[in-house]
Amino acid sequence: MTEELDLRGEVCPYTFVRTKLKLEEMESGEDLIVLLDDAIATANVSKSLRNEGHQIKGIKGISDGVWEIIAKKG
Amino acid sequence: MRSLTRKFTDDQIMRYSRQIILPEVGGTGQRKLLNSKVLVLGAGGLGSAAIAYLAAAGVGTLGIIDNDLVEISNLQRQIIHGGNIGMSKAKSAESFVRTINGDVDVVTYEELFQAGNARKTVRGYDFVIDGSDNFPTHYMINDACILEKKPCSHGSILRYEGYATTVVPMKGPCYRCIFKRPPPPGLIPNCQEAGVFGVLPGIIGSIQASEALKFILGIGELLTGRLLCFNALDMSFYSASAERNRNCAICGDHPNIWEIDQRNYVETMPEECRFKVQL
Repeated sequence: MTEELDLRGEVCPYTFVRTKLKLEEMESGEDLIVLLDDAIATANVSKSLRNEGHQIKGIKGISDGVWEIIAKKG
Repeated sequence: MRSLTRKFTDDQIMRYSRQIILPEVGGTGQRKLLNSKVLVLGAGGLGSAAIAYLAAAGVGTLGIIDNDLVEISNLQRQIIHGGNIGMSKAKSAESFVRTINGDVDVVTYEELFQAGNARKTVRGYDFVIDGSDNFPTHYMINDACILEKKPCSHGSILRYEGYATTVVPMKGPCYRCIFKRPPPPGLIPNCQEAGVFGVLPGIIGSIQASEALKFILGIGELLTGRLLCFNALDMSFYSASAERNRNCAICGDHPNIWEIDQRNYVETMPEECRFKVQL
């Protein structure tokens, strides 16, 4: 099952806090797609997710100024 | 009772973001804090620091017991009572908590901690902070907590030195194991005689708050079996280890304290005072 979290308009550190809280509601092995509109936030959230033991399956720009992180809950 | 799965409000996500980010805390830990109940005995110097940090962290229920009124001489170290001279310390502490975090329910007890209420008062809490300033009360808090199986962080300060230790009943030494009996009357000067460096209770009280938060979160190592001592003059910390005393009167193999009897917690007056009283 894949969940989605739209964090466009959100700033650090709340981008990661909200991602972390969302992952806590999910089961291990499930995927989460996070939408962000800031390049630095995209890099920071990905790094923090890795540090907490989650897998980053992909990061891609999906339109001008919008990025998507696909994470698998560890 | 707050739900362990309830969603956080936007305000709560912002307020607690710096501790939710901590890997050991997260949303799960924050919910534990919001569901927890901590009793602070004494809203003085130690209690001021403990109350401030516990409230800021989002401990859901704070019990505060103190029967004193705020005096101007308290404000040098009891930092939560500003503007409240003459007010009950418990009520003053409550008003402070309300200004910093509306998530916290405060239960005030404007009364002495004594035999008649000791066990009943600690019973409803998950963790107890001993911020009292005299030996009879330290022992009574210890005994009530052992009998009710409540963990407790004890703290004490004088001049430039203080210590803290945490008692988890039957999982290490209790206050009586470490301090078998109070020092002889008059040996230890009280705060009025000896003075106290204002930041000292802030440091020790913060350590006690930290112990409460760690216990609730189930993280780290507690100060069980360890007396952490601090000296503000040479700015040094040192630890003394302690073990459970099998002959302890309350938590030993054959305890002889089964209830809180007020007669066992009477401060013996120094000899010179007794002499004056007799006159």
